[in-house]
Amino acid sequence: MKSDSDNTLREKIEIDLLIEAVNRFYGYDFSDYSKAHIKRRMMVFLAKHRFESISEMQHHVLHNPQVFEDFLNNFSINVTEMFRDPGFYSEFRKHIIPTLKTYPYLKIWIAGCATGEEVYSFAIMLKEEGLLSRSTIYATDFNSEALQKAGKAIYSIDTIKSYTANYQKAGGKSSFSDYYMANYNSVIIDKSLKVNVVFAEHNLVTDGVFTEANLIVCRNVLIYFNRELQDKVLSLFNDSLITGGFLALGTKETIQFSSIANKYSTVSKENKIYKKSII
Amino acid sequence: MYKAVVIGASAGGMYAIKTLLASLPGNFRIPIIIVQHLAPDSDNYLVEFLDKNTGLTVKEADEKEVVKGGFVYVCPPNYHILVEENMSISLSADEKVNYSRPSIDVLFYSAADAFQESLIGIVLTGANDDGARGLFYIKKKGGLGIVQNPSEAESPQMPTAAILEANPDHVLEIRQISKMLLQLANQNQDKNSL
Ligand SMILES: C[S@@+](CC[C@H](N)C(=O)[O-])C[C@H]1O[C@@H](n2cnc3c(N)ncnc32)[C@H](O)[C@@H]1O
Repeated sequence: MKSDSDNTLREKIEIDLLIEAVNRFYGYDFSDYSKAHIKRRMMVFLAKHRFESISEMQHHVLHNPQVFEDFLNNFSINVTEMFRDPGFYSEFRKHIIPTLKTYPYLKIWIAGCATGEEVYSFAIMLKEEGLLSRSTIYATDFNSEALQKAGKAIYSIDTIKSYTANYQKAGGKSSFSDYYMANYNSVIIDKSLKVNVVFAEHNLVTDGVFTEANLIVCRNVLIYFNRELQDKVLSLFNDSLITGGFLALGTKETIQFSSIANKYSTVSKENKIYKKSII
Repeated sequence: MYKAVVIGASAGGMYAIKTLLASLPGNFRIPIIIVQHLAPDSDNYLVEFLDKNTGLTVKEADEKEVVKGGFVYVCPPNYHILVEENMSISLSADEKVNYSRPSIDVLFYSAADAFQESLIGIVLTGANDDGARGLFYIKKKGGLGIVQNPSEAESPQMPTAAILEANPDHVLEIRQISKMLLQLANQNQDKNSL
């Protein structure tokens, strides 16, 4: 079979042009996301809408804001869970919570919070540790649709079984059913968990320092970025974190190769929890 | 000159991969990247098991790691693995594909885009049809497609699907696949030294 290199080159050009168009017209910059990831999301979107080519896709994305909304949703992978990686939460409880208990109040930034499951997991853990009432959780994402869902805190009942198992493995101290009300096919998260949560739109690529936080949680977002953008976003976190504050990343993410690495000590190598030791 | 070997396996894959890697020497020049379907909460057992049984160095693939000859990179459970043109690994937590995360197709598509005709794709035993479309795409981009002979496979469904979908260059028993990889790597070397 002969090589398909013309098609490959054409597609690369089309992808670059579409990324530029989206950035210039809508202000969302994907140019430093992982190339393989971008290509994959574009092909998923292309198949979904049955476009003939990425050029055709560009026309629709640029001319129809609704198609762009969908494009954005397709790019921001909102795949998430409550108590995702239970080992992370149990370690956090054991090794970070005792330090947090010594603070009079807590500012927590959860960046890339998707549809909120991670936010409510933290709220539950903080509540059980008696910390929620003196905490403010700023939960941000660049996807407004995901944030709206997060604010509503309504989830499918099908997820509850696996979330309950996660909660128990994560060292939950009570019964998971204390934290939601079931209603037909969905559950709604208990209101008390929302009181100290502020949801806000924030784009890690283009927006600046967010708050003076004691803890920043950003899990499974950096994997979609290239090294340069990872470094830039980690610097942003560094600027938003107080000295002595904690940074928690996804289990496959690391600060190891970044320019902020030497300012942090590793609290958990396995669960990627770091402590800012120097300014 | 081949730049990478990508391998997909599911049910029965652990022993098939072990056999395949066992006869490859530690200085095998082409990086090998593997997707083996696993339960999301699996530990590091597969990597340790494979590493013990080959001269190559087997490790779990790290995010952004640049792949090298002499190494075998295994996708961590519950992530997709993609490979970039600059030989670095990208992991992703995207939705499942073919009910699987990692998905063989996801690796194969990205590797075919990155390496075109300089890629070898291999589909081994499994009880689903992940990898079939990916292997088709590898062939479309000019790469070499190899499938384990279904009659030898512990679960013949996945290699059968790949044969039907992708019309691979070779359908071979595991030991023959190893031999062929060695030959291809040596050709690689010859061309390199010209
Ligand atoms: C895979 S989800 C991770 C959700 C959650 N943190 C977890 O680990 O379960 C990735 C999230 O990152 C968000 N995201 C991607 N790029 C972003 C950016 N530039 N700024 C803010 N959020 C972004 C996406 O919208 C998506 O909600």
